[in-house]
Amino acid sequence: MSFDLLEWYKKNTDEKILYSFLGPVSEDIISSILDKIENILTEKETDLKTFKKIYHISVEALQNLYHHSDSPNQKGNAIENNIVFILKKEANPAKIINKFYILTGNFINKSNTRLLKERIDQLNFLSKDEIRTLYKLILNNNEFSEKGGGGLGMIDLVKRSGNNLSYNFYNFDNDYIFFTLRIAI
Amino acid sequence: MESIRIEKTRKTPDITFNAESGKLQIEGKSIPENSIEFYKPLVDWLEEYGKTSHDATEVNIKLEYFNTSSSKCILDVFKKLETIHKENNNVIINWYYEEDDEDMLEAGEDYQSILKIPFKMIEMEE
Repeated sequence: MSFDLLEWYKKNTDEKILYSFLGPVSEDIISSILDKIENILTEKETDLKTFKKIYHISVEALQNLYHHSDSPNQKGNAIENNIVFILKKEANPAKIINKFYILTGNFINKSNTRLLKERIDQLNFLSKDEIRTLYKLILNNNEFSEKGGGGLGMIDLVKRSGNNLSYNFYNFDNDYIFFTLRIAI
Repeated sequence: MESIRIEKTRKTPDITFNAESGKLQIEGKSIPENSIEFYKPLVDWLEEYGKTSHDATEVNIKLEYFNTSSSKCILDVFKKLETIHKENNNVIINWYYEEDDEDMLEAGEDYQSILKIPFKMIEMEE
């Protein structure tokens, strides 16, 4: 059975969500999502430290979606052009404080799946200090990727959140995979 | 040499550089999708500025947020300043961070460890 984006979106936007977006991404869309997140966090009286972490991770996650989705741009209303961004707050039974989560989704070419999976697995395997060292190494390697960041985006999500990344790949069709990433904050 | 004045936007910081006083100030958010394009004028300007000697260059950098694509460009800016410093000119980078913003302090320390240039970490009280 092929992957149903709307069904997945519905399932993941239950009553605990603070904010959710489904649609094509652009620079203006990113700005407006960030404005909304800022408002929501202000309303919820989030402490400054958590506020900054969530904002920073949102910026990076959204720009990862913007730069790295493999959507077929020529077909304006193709389902593959959509991205998903969800901000949630979930009760954590082990702790008194609730935890924030960011869940993102985007379409990627099937051929990129293996590399992406290996990359995340590798980052999840590293310790906090190793992540920082790797970040500095890539920051200083004098290389800009065609997208500008030189591959720092995913490392930054691990570095800032201090948590491992969870992911899933859903088969969409012969060419595309829907890739979801869950970042606990 | 002309001074630089770039007004801040929703995603880019305010930048002022006075060639005469040697003071460069970067303040605000730096989260543009295309950072290379945004920072190019400043990097080019520093290249030009570095061609003559300057008694003292002071950088005050107060960033609320910056994305990873800016982080590479900021390093480029600092590397230009490092070259100026190597040629026996006084250069100091004052890295401001808000109270308790450990991530921003850590980011400053990362730059400090990469570069051979005087850094000062300054905590701003709320």
